[in-house]
Amino acid sequence: MKLDSKIPEGRLEDKWSNYQLKSRLINPANKKKLNVIVVGAGLAGSGAAATLAELGYDVQCFCYQDSARRAHSVAAQGGMNAAKNYQHDGDSVFRMFYDALKGGDFRSREANTYRLAELSAPLIDHYVQQGVPFAREYGGVLINRSFGGVQVERTFYARGQTGQQLVLAAYSQLYKMVRAKKVKMMVRHEMLDLVLIDGKAKGIIARDLVTGQIKRFAADAVVLATGGYSRVFRLSTLAIGCNGSAIWKAHKRGAYFAAPSFTQIHPTALPQTSDSQSKLTLMSESLRNDGRIWVPKDKNDTRNGNDIPEEERDYYLERRYPSFGNLAPRDISSRAAKERIDAGHGVGNLKNAVYLDFKHAIERFGRDVIEDRYGNLFSMYKKITGIDAYKEPMKISPAAHFSMGGLWVDYELMTTIPGLYAIGECNYADHGANRLGANSLLQASIDGYFILPNTINNYLEDALKQDHPGVDHPEFDKVEKEVKSQIEKIMAVKGSRTVDDFHRELGKVMWQECAMSRNKQGLERAIVQIKQIHAEFWKEVRVTGTDNEMNSELEKALRLADFIELSLLMCTDALQRDESCGAHFREEYQTEEGEAVRNDEDFAYVSAWEYNAGDFILHKEKLEFEYVQPSVRSYK
Amino acid sequence: MKVTFKIWRQDSPKSKGVLKSYETDGISEDMSFLEALDHLNEILVAKNEKVVAFEYDCREGICGQCGLFINGRAHGPHEHTTACQLHMRSFKDGDTIVVEPWRAAAFPIIKDLVVDRSAFDRIIEKGGYISAKTGTAPEANAMLIPKEIADASMDVAACIGCGACVATCKNASAALFTSAKINHLNKLPQGKPEQHRRVLDMTAQMEAEGFGSCTLTGACEVECPAGISIASIAEMNNRYVRAKLLG
Repeated sequence: MKLDSKIPEGRLEDKWSNYQLKSRLINPANKKKLNVIVVGAGLAGSGAAATLAELGYDVQCFCYQDSARRAHSVAAQGGMNAAKNYQHDGDSVFRMFYDALKGGDFRSREANTYRLAELSAPLIDHYVQQGVPFAREYGGVLINRSFGGVQVERTFYARGQTGQQLVLAAYSQLYKMVRAKKVKMMVRHEMLDLVLIDGKAKGIIARDLVTGQIKRFAADAVVLATGGYSRVFRLSTLAIGCNGSAIWKAHKRGAYFAAPSFTQIHPTALPQTSDSQSKLTLMSESLRNDGRIWVPKDKNDTRNGNDIPEEERDYYLERRYPSFGNLAPRDISSRAAKERIDAGHGVGNLKNAVYLDFKHAIERFGRDVIEDRYGNLFSMYKKITGIDAYKEPMKISPAAHFSMGGLWVDYELMTTIPGLYAIGECNYADHGANRLGANSLLQASIDGYFILPNTINNYLEDALKQDHPGVDHPEFDKVEKEVKSQIEKIMAVKGSRTVDDFHRELGKVMWQECAMSRNKQGLERAIVQIKQIHAEFWKEVRVTGTDNEMNSELEKALRLADFIELSLLMCTDALQRDESCGAHFREEYQTEEGEAVRNDEDFAYVSAWEYNAGDFILHKEKLEFEYVQPSVRSYK
Repeated sequence: MKVTFKIWRQDSPKSKGVLKSYETDGISEDMSFLEALDHLNEILVAKNEKVVAFEYDCREGICGQCGLFINGRAHGPHEHTTACQLHMRSFKDGDTIVVEPWRAAAFPIIKDLVVDRSAFDRIIEKGGYISAKTGTAPEANAMLIPKEIADASMDVAACIGCGACVATCKNASAALFTSAKINHLNKLPQGKPEQHRRVLDMTAQMEAEGFGSCTLTGACEVECPAGISIASIAEMNNRYVRAKLLG
């Protein structure tokens, strides 16, 4: 199958308007005959479900949590970018587009990335209208701050809880449409498979997490908004329930998976302290606006941070990247931290952290200002570590965070399965090989609110003329049977090891070989190890309880079974890409100073993988750069 | 460290529950409380027993899904914190820790420590939003909102919807939760057009769900992880009276 990205005609700045002009419309009376399933209720899912319902479609929205308000977009702290140029500092849509394209190391489509920047300004208007209490100046206008990888101030925020405030806005709009009886909200339901009829997405099979009942849902189109899959590393900044099962099942049914190995490792999370830890808490990147990152120059320095004099500190980001300093992009900052930690300069009991120090900022602005900007982050830090970061430097460490990779989608956000869309973090579209901070809330929101509601009609117009197969169609029987047999199989293993035990093992392999830096031998080794984990899992996993009740062990086991398969594809992808780009750093391809060496001649394409009975076939979508010529990505 | 958990076990909404004791070893001080429960569940799996059902998701204090009554207090011994942010260093070796679900008629138990908080969603459904369609927004800076107003709105908008306020209230009142959403929106100019209807509809739903009445004991503000003050309830009451008179 040839990949058609469906980029519209015209100049970069006209493409989205040209698309909308040519896109087919559906009259309001017909829209109510069409039914759309949205899986996931974070920013992308809630935004899409609410907006589609406003337009007149009948929507069923699913989430595994007990309420749509819990989706993990809620945890994003620092903010959301928009090219408003409110600060009069030379910002523009084109500059924002350029920053994101360069930040992604030229591995995304120009047209998609441009649209991300183009729709950012109206999105701020939208959220303000919905009642998001963004930070304001005394005069009443909106405030901005800076984020990594950019030199202007374009980030809007609501204290350190921006994601929460946006989710609550989206969730409230969703419930507005529940009240209008245009959205049916299915909480505590987890999608376990996709149903295709004549090659088109026509429904899902979901498990009711309270009763264990397997249920069928039919629709004219299916939208996946299921977020990222960095829980494959087990320890990550994600919520415990975040998983890759919906997109993995879609992949196995024919949706191509793009750039699966592009995973962002966030530089500022709290360090791991033990094996029993279940997650790594993120400390917002916004802290790098005022905090300075350093390690002791002496490897064996065991003094407290405050006791180490200025001349014995190595502010390594400021040293290596003078023009961006502590605001170097995430991939670069994480690797720089790893380099210092590996060289023996790490701090903390396990020597696995670096300092993030606010001493100078507090001296300069006063404690009040810092407290106003980051108060909740400092108190969160204290709750978890017991340390007062107003008095001592924070200890931070890199952690698995965002999945740039995801289901391949075209300009309309449709996957390679007709009628199946992927929006938000679960697609691969706008961020290339590395996402810039504060672009994630943005992408999830515009995908759901602005783009999908304007592209799905182009497909549904056809669906209107076709049959609307119900849940009694034989394909539903078939897929439901497969889902049930997978559950029976997992319950029947009755082995000797817990799900978490397998997850820890998988996470260690992936963190070691397929995270911040990768190499051929390591990846080949990882593939062998993952295959062993796979075989062992299906022989030795133990799930207690039954499948017809609330059973967290069964939920975890089903998710892990998919993670194991997905991790194989991640390693296969990382192994195939013989270059370093963005978050994908292959040790074989670096300069003498340890900077990434990209290979545009051979790798200026998006890798889109097709599932083929346990194996994967590579398809390439060549990236054409018409408006920006890829350059060496330097932040020096 | 060694800890004994006394945990509420209840198979289903209708079945009878009981407090069961579990002795655990190998707990470290750095574990979060929920990680200690994970640890217990791994022990139960090893013994071929059913795991304890409990709620969690983000494990960083923001999603509001975890909610446990620990030694008689919502979210455990500390003020303004969630169960996921509570660490075992707050307990001593040899402690017995009693873990119960949220107790409120409007939050029926589903299983063990898991309750149904969908009543909160239904309160939001009745007006916890601004009725404006996607695509109709004016330029953001065209509306000036003084910093004091934006900050005060944010103070209450920070509610994570965990239900600790209900669980800790002797009347099982949802006044703090409901007031937080009403005040978040009604303080802002965007929320003004629907302000009276919002107060009346949301409070009516709050009562219909079977939450008790607020007697301003202040228990809720002690436990609220977002530090929302009961002044928010007083403000809601004031808005309610104005809505009745003017709405």
